[in-house]
Amino acid sequence: MKKHNFLHKHQKTLAPLLSLVLIILVTASITPGFLSLRIVDGHLFGSLLDILHRATPTALVALGMAVVIGTRGIDLSVGAVIAISGAVTAVLTVNTDFPVWLVILCALGTGIICGLWNGILVSVFNIQPIVATLILMVAGRGIAQMITEGQIVTFHSDVLDAIGNGYFLAFPIRVWIAIGMIALTVLVMRKTALGLFIEAVGANVRASRLVGIEARLLVLSAYVFSGFCAAMSGIILAADIRGADANNAGLWLELDAILAVVLAGASLAGGRIYLLLTIVGVLIIQTLTTAILTSGLPAQYNLVVKATIILAVLLIQSPKTRQWLSGIFLKNKNAGSAGKASTDKGSTRA
Amino acid sequence: MINERNLPILATLLVFIMLYGFGMYQYQGFRDTLVFSNLLTDNAFLIITAIGMTFVILSGGIDLSVGSMIAFIGVLMAYLITNTGMHPLFAIGIALVVGVAFGAIMGVIIAFFEIQAFIVTLAGMFLFRGLAYLINLDAVPIDHPFIAGLYDIYVPLPGRGGLTFIAMAMLVLLALGILIARRTRFGMSVYALGGDSHSAALLGVPVKKTIIKIYALSGFYSAMSGVIFAIYTSSAYPLAAVGVELDAIAAVVIGGTLLTGGVGYVFGTFLGGMIQGIIQTLITFDGSLNSWWTKLAVGGLLLFFILLQKGIVVWVRKRSAA
Repeated sequence: MKKHNFLHKHQKTLAPLLSLVLIILVTASITPGFLSLRIVDGHLFGSLLDILHRATPTALVALGMAVVIGTRGIDLSVGAVIAISGAVTAVLTVNTDFPVWLVILCALGTGIICGLWNGILVSVFNIQPIVATLILMVAGRGIAQMITEGQIVTFHSDVLDAIGNGYFLAFPIRVWIAIGMIALTVLVMRKTALGLFIEAVGANVRASRLVGIEARLLVLSAYVFSGFCAAMSGIILAADIRGADANNAGLWLELDAILAVVLAGASLAGGRIYLLLTIVGVLIIQTLTTAILTSGLPAQYNLVVKATIILAVLLIQSPKTRQWLSGIFLKNKNAGSAGKASTDKGSTRA
Repeated sequence: MINERNLPILATLLVFIMLYGFGMYQYQGFRDTLVFSNLLTDNAFLIITAIGMTFVILSGGIDLSVGSMIAFIGVLMAYLITNTGMHPLFAIGIALVVGVAFGAIMGVIIAFFEIQAFIVTLAGMFLFRGLAYLINLDAVPIDHPFIAGLYDIYVPLPGRGGLTFIAMAMLVLLALGILIARRTRFGMSVYALGGDSHSAALLGVPVKKTIIKIYALSGFYSAMSGVIFAIYTSSAYPLAAVGVELDAIAAVVIGGTLLTGGVGYVFGTFLGGMIQGIIQTLITFDGSLNSWWTKLAVGGLLLFFILLQKGIVVWVRKRSAA
């Protein structure tokens, strides 16, 4: 009974984690050597590490997206911001003799400016988030192409190479960067009042304003944070291929990021967000992608599988389905033992 | 009659006339009917998609799956015609039925499971693109005398221009859209739903049924757009029409439809699509500007119209408060 309660309480947390474990196990049974890790020259190698490596850009974007979704918003422009910050990184590295740290600062700065733009449209002008961020999504790739003058700018820099593909303590450096960023965000969101405030704004703007929360500033800063995360992801992606591709960098990444946040059980209607589970969501998506690729299925199955899984998760998560299911469940119970019905009602509704 | 309801569409009309006038003033070639008829043909698939999107946005929803739908329908049509030797008319019929069915399924999920349209159609976007890949990975030509025949239909206009089959199909679908929006009970329900779904329900609008119909209609229009696109390019490609959903949304917004729903005109969407086409044509005529300027200009116009809408809403609220 106690175990049952535990499962019930942590149902939401366990579902994504179990899905991840399940997907990894299934893939491992299909693909021999999927779980094996080996150390070459002090670097870890293996499919699992490859998943971590590839998941970092999405993880960073999803982190910002989770915070924005927590405020009942959405940021469609992250893909475009990735293209812009990548373009800034490449062009500054090639055309100026700025030191690398300054280049990175400038790229992060453009991300912050993009976030400010979105945030001002949403919080000051009260434009719906989908629409407000749509503007930058449409225009952003144009801006990125203007920066690169329509070319794919390739560059060389040792530091950026290290960020893209280097290793530190057996793990890729970019994974360390992502871990650091995740830890910092979780710390700020969970150990300070900021996280609570952001969720409060997402749950009920008016109520949170009445208790004295500066809602506008919080919403603004959520978008700035998302822009910052996207810029970071853009630098990593540009460093990875040693070039900036204004058309394709970060294409569809916003969708993966939103999907990860939803997989983690967050409601798009704002309120509670789950940062660590969002990362689990990112890993699920990346594992699926890798699994489809390594299992020998044609790559084109990727999208269909992904879409089917999103739809399934959405349908399961829908309050309507739950009501419906618990309705059926209750009926069965009632038919079985009428006396216990009242206590069962309590536990199934909980 | 100038009131706050048709102020956005008047602004759209003004932008349209100004851009077209600028083109006529600046370039000799712009004064020929050829430019106008080319605009009709080249933007037909975008405008058709955007007409369906207008109904969705009028009801307060959004449909992100339209671009993928265009590609999927094109590839499906090519498969049916080339691999099964089906007559194109049947293939088109099947493609349209499939489009309507998929739209209706998304509508059912949105209406009955109460999941946001945004995320459901996002999943649809993945799914249709994936299905297109499953049928075919490469660009394939659609080679059939019937399709070529459609392509050859041409009604000359004074000057060097003329109406192609594609342009005429678009105009017919536009007229149909205006009729549905203005002259049917369903059209009224769409406007009521976008204004306030609660009041609409209280007034006896069948909310769920209307939502399903709206997405089925959007499915029909984007499938039709897929057919037109396939005729226009005489080929099918699973990566076709990437990002068209955004262009369509932009056309609707630039056309003066309020993004919160309830206010707007199908004809405005036509103007919105044409404006995007004019911008592209102007940039081509200029020759020195790169194509990315189109994206910037469209983004700028989008911002302008959204701020205009906001301004009007605030103004109306202030006036009614006074």
